[in-house]
Amino acid sequence: MRSFISDKCRDIKPSGIRKFFDVVNDMPDAISLGVGEPDFDTPWFIRDEGIYSLEKGRTFYTSNAGLKELREEIAAYLNRRLGLDYDPIHQILVTVGGSEGIDVALRAMLNPGDEVLIPEPCYVSYLPCTQLADGKAVPLPLKEENEFRLTAEQLEAAITPKTKILVMPFPNNPTGAIMTREDLEPVAEVVKKYDLFVISDEIYSELTYTDAHVSIASLPGMQERTLVINGFSKAYAMTGWRLGYAAGPEDLIGEMTKIHQFAIMCAPTTSQYAAVQAMKNGDGEVAKMRESYNQRRRFVVHTLREMGMHCFEPLGAFYVFPSIQPYGMSSEEFAGRLLEEEKVAVVPGNAFGDSGEGFIRISYAYSLRDLKKALERVRNFVERLERQSHD
Amino acid sequence: MKEKILAVIEKNSRIDLKELAILLGEEEADVANAIAEMEQENIICGYHTLINWDNTSEEKVSALIEVRVTPQRGMGFDHIAERIYQYPEVHAVYLMSGAYDFTVILEGKSMRDVAQFVSEKLSTLDSVLSTATHFVLKKYKDHGTILTKKANSDERMLITP
Repeated sequence: MRSFISDKCRDIKPSGIRKFFDVVNDMPDAISLGVGEPDFDTPWFIRDEGIYSLEKGRTFYTSNAGLKELREEIAAYLNRRLGLDYDPIHQILVTVGGSEGIDVALRAMLNPGDEVLIPEPCYVSYLPCTQLADGKAVPLPLKEENEFRLTAEQLEAAITPKTKILVMPFPNNPTGAIMTREDLEPVAEVVKKYDLFVISDEIYSELTYTDAHVSIASLPGMQERTLVINGFSKAYAMTGWRLGYAAGPEDLIGEMTKIHQFAIMCAPTTSQYAAVQAMKNGDGEVAKMRESYNQRRRFVVHTLREMGMHCFEPLGAFYVFPSIQPYGMSSEEFAGRLLEEEKVAVVPGNAFGDSGEGFIRISYAYSLRDLKKALERVRNFVERLERQSHD
Repeated sequence: MKEKILAVIEKNSRIDLKELAILLGEEEADVANAIAEMEQENIICGYHTLINWDNTSEEKVSALIEVRVTPQRGMGFDHIAERIYQYPEVHAVYLMSGAYDFTVILEGKSMRDVAQFVSEKLSTLDSVLSTATHFVLKKYKDHGTILTKKANSDERMLITP
């Protein structure tokens, strides 16, 4: 029988995380610091609204772009939290998680050969989604000495006549890096100078620990050339509800809605009703969760530094990204041995792009008790490595 | 800083000072001083343990008693409350708005114990007009903590992007 798989799909590399996932799953007694989702349950008033919508029999499709009421709440939220101004009817699309928004946006925008600049290390989907949309992914390796921020110089150096889109993944998974207004301004100037478009993945926008998140779309002249991707997963601990949204220029949202309509029809109705509550009454719960993450962030950074690991201070998301370069092995080797010898699972940094090599991602979306236990084992491991290197 | 300290130790009073200081990003000495001050000011009134007695072999009975009183001349509610809360078996006393005046929460060894307290000690106070005793059958949640749930198991996948 001939192969029915497309060459394009076959050429997509499976996620580096997947490989590690299989290893960890064979170790039932491993402690994981490897998840990319909150440890909180979705706040009860949100779950309750989902249950209520089922009780009321709201089990039908919604309009393709999402419940009007939800889009209105999203518009109000984006205005309240980020100072952005969107027309809920024409400029907002409710998607199945932020990841659908990324995929649909790239498909709606790319012609074959168009280049997409992707700062790395980053979330795993930008690159394959670009390839599937016939674009050319161009990684921008971010440097730890810049605290994994994108600089205007680095951006400008990577631009070619084919460059069309810049992905802005901040606050960043896996590094925990953020971009402040001062960091964003020069980048925005370059974007305007070369007439680029920005896909700004702001899924962690509620989880910044020093200053409130600034959306690049809020800078002068940027809203018309930015698509904001966001969602409910991280801020409201709603990963399993699969609900996100995209906000951007009317023509782009219109084209994205076309793809979304054929591929998905509409985002889950139950989730949409629950999300209306999240937007209306969720700010307090979000603040509580943010404070709790922040405490754990301080604890993990402190503990890693105390054991001599080099670790820049992450100011967003819920990850720390310590360097393992002094131990003279690759990220995968480090993560593999840590798992084997101490039964602690972390994600090797190269799973998030080549420039993540030399680092590991540690998630602190765990209870303090679990973090303590796991970090104690990490301490045993690195102390043993140091002793061995002195022998 | 004080509010943040309270928020943490309200849920975990056993946390050690050094760790608390790390979580809050403060100096250990500052945290220690703030706690000492709050103890002085009677903001922090004690460090208790939340025990689910239902899971022990100990027999305990809790009751919630609605108490209606007539305040006597020169003796406001505070004075009557004091007469009530001095008894060691009284767990909590609250002044209420609405149909009755005090909620008294009582812990005794048996229903008889509680009945005896109500009939002999509480009802006989001059200012007490009437009482209504409700026995607690089961405690589901106390002090913001769900008592009936087993320790949380993490059902998330071990590794996700």
